[in-house]
Amino acid sequence: MGKIIELKKVNKWFDKFQVLKDIDLEVASQEKIVICGPSGSGKSTLIRCINRLEEHQEGNIIVDGTELAENTKNIEKIRAEVGMVFQQFNLFPHLSILDNCTLAPIWVKKLPKKEAEEVAMRNLTRVQIDDQAFKFPGQLSGGQQQRAAIARALCMEPKIMLFDEPTSALDPEMIKEVLDVMVDLAKGGMTMIVVTHEMGFAKEVADYMIFMDEGKIVERAKTKEFFENPKSERTKLFLSQIL
Amino acid sequence: MNLIAKPSKKNIKTYLPVGVVLVTLSFLDVFINAFFSYNLLGFFPNQISYFSPLILGFIGFYLIRIEFSGVRSLDILNKNINSNNFNAFLTLLTVFIIIKSIPPLLNWFVLDANFLGNSKDDCTGDGACWVFIKVWFNRFMYGLYPDAEQWRINTAFLILFIIVGISFFVPSKLKKYFILFLVFIYPFLGIELISGGSFGLKYVETAAWGGLSLTFIISAFAILFCFPIGVFLALGRRSSLPAVRYVSIGFIELWRGVPLITVLFMSAVMFPMFLPDGTFIDKLIRVLIAITLFEAAYMAEVVRGGLQALPKGQYEAARSLGMGYWKMNLLIILPQALKLVIPGIANTLLALVKDTPLIFVVGLMELAGMIGLAKTNPKWLGMAMEGYVFAGLVFWVICYAMSRYSQNLEKKLSTER
Repeated sequence: MGKIIELKKVNKWFDKFQVLKDIDLEVASQEKIVICGPSGSGKSTLIRCINRLEEHQEGNIIVDGTELAENTKNIEKIRAEVGMVFQQFNLFPHLSILDNCTLAPIWVKKLPKKEAEEVAMRNLTRVQIDDQAFKFPGQLSGGQQQRAAIARALCMEPKIMLFDEPTSALDPEMIKEVLDVMVDLAKGGMTMIVVTHEMGFAKEVADYMIFMDEGKIVERAKTKEFFENPKSERTKLFLSQIL
Repeated sequence: MNLIAKPSKKNIKTYLPVGVVLVTLSFLDVFINAFFSYNLLGFFPNQISYFSPLILGFIGFYLIRIEFSGVRSLDILNKNINSNNFNAFLTLLTVFIIIKSIPPLLNWFVLDANFLGNSKDDCTGDGACWVFIKVWFNRFMYGLYPDAEQWRINTAFLILFIIVGISFFVPSKLKKYFILFLVFIYPFLGIELISGGSFGLKYVETAAWGGLSLTFIISAFAILFCFPIGVFLALGRRSSLPAVRYVSIGFIELWRGVPLITVLFMSAVMFPMFLPDGTFIDKLIRVLIAITLFEAAYMAEVVRGGLQALPKGQYEAARSLGMGYWKMNLLIILPQALKLVIPGIANTLLALVKDTPLIFVVGLMELAGMIGLAKTNPKWLGMAMEGYVFAGLVFWVICYAMSRYSQNLEKKLSTER
């Protein structure tokens, strides 16, 4: 399996504060990676750099063979291939769920409206909210909104999906319905990078675990090894608190 | 207050009737006093007689202020207009002022007013002289536009109303063609019809345009142009390109910092001096450009308020789906931002309509200007009151209609529960 994401010596600063320090990361196609770590450790910033919602200042980020740099055209092409799911859902409140899902395919991928709607309905069925297609985001529960957001990202038929703490803003009883959708997605062979504190989910789907602290990747290990036999003291401490 | 028991459910049988009688008596007194100039409670000594309705009403309201009386309408009344002594006092005062002010207004507007006749001498009553409005009505509507050609203005507005009327009933698929026609084609057709000069229509110079029709023409064009310009300025002010940003800021702050009357004056008097010899831009067009740019600066700040109110996540979500700057703004950001600031937009546009009378400084006479002209006519001196009341009413109707429309739009576009 070829490399689909490659980060080499990536450094990033917010003003003088360094949020990412010498990040090296390779993700192969169809791999699932879970990133965990304390808050402020730079995990969200890391995945936001992968679709350039944040700009890195040093190093190289190569996504699907294209290097991320100042060139706008490339960035939009990459963003169309990289789906992103946010903590706060970020659905478009002025559009129905169906329109949320068809907007980008129609305007960015230039799909005919009818085809876009078919794709949207297929993905909404996949996340099991096809019956909510004509409602507005404000009329849905948090869990339904997050599933709609996943469907919206899937409608662009991305090669990679990034999840930025997708269940952190949800009521406990709605977390499972979102995680189920993500597990299903993982089993379907999607390349996924997930920032989450849901360790049960991580154990079930992740190929690799990454532990970050203070902008550095502290530990990168196979999932089983990561949980059973973590190497660094910092990881052990973190795991003992979270599990 | 210990002399009488506090009003409660126990003594409701006695207190309620007495209270109602006192309140009714107080209102009745003011009413009869206002309409028939007869002092019902005149048998009281002088000062007390003057305040008697207030005192009686106050006591009455106190007596009927019974908590959990079990009478539904009484509870509602108490909760809304009689919740405490101060509230009861305000209620009484408000009602008295309303009752007191009806007769003089009624007299001036209708009962003592003069409707018949053709000249000032026919106005013999004490009230308004509506003859003035009647005689000058044509001028107030059309300004100095030649009588024989006024059908052209009527036709232009009639076509507009018909198209707008139809567009409310056509299916939403066709609606966008109506809107495109109204925004991009109709304005020029209408202006062609009114100004003439081709198709065998007699040319009517813009200096002759005036009255309410000019108010509408200027408002409509200014609204049409200032809105998109304002939106672009708002986007420009938030642009990441420094050149665009500073030009937008400079433009907005320059135009916002200058009084409209100055801008209008400069557009009419100073601007032509900068033009090369022989070039000529119509005064109306210059004024229109001035008003448009002036209001666009205000519009820009209103729209910017909406842009800033949107959460950052909306921008990020749009970008993460591969949308570029224009797609993001046109499809995601502006629809939401503009919806948020509908009240502010309506505010700016209402102000625009009410600013149009200022064009008198350059010699253009819309409705208020025409009235100002008519009241200085030697035959009609002293008609300022009637004229400006009329102008006020007309502007109020226009602005209230716009306000209602904006409220409807707000409701229609709301997607929250």
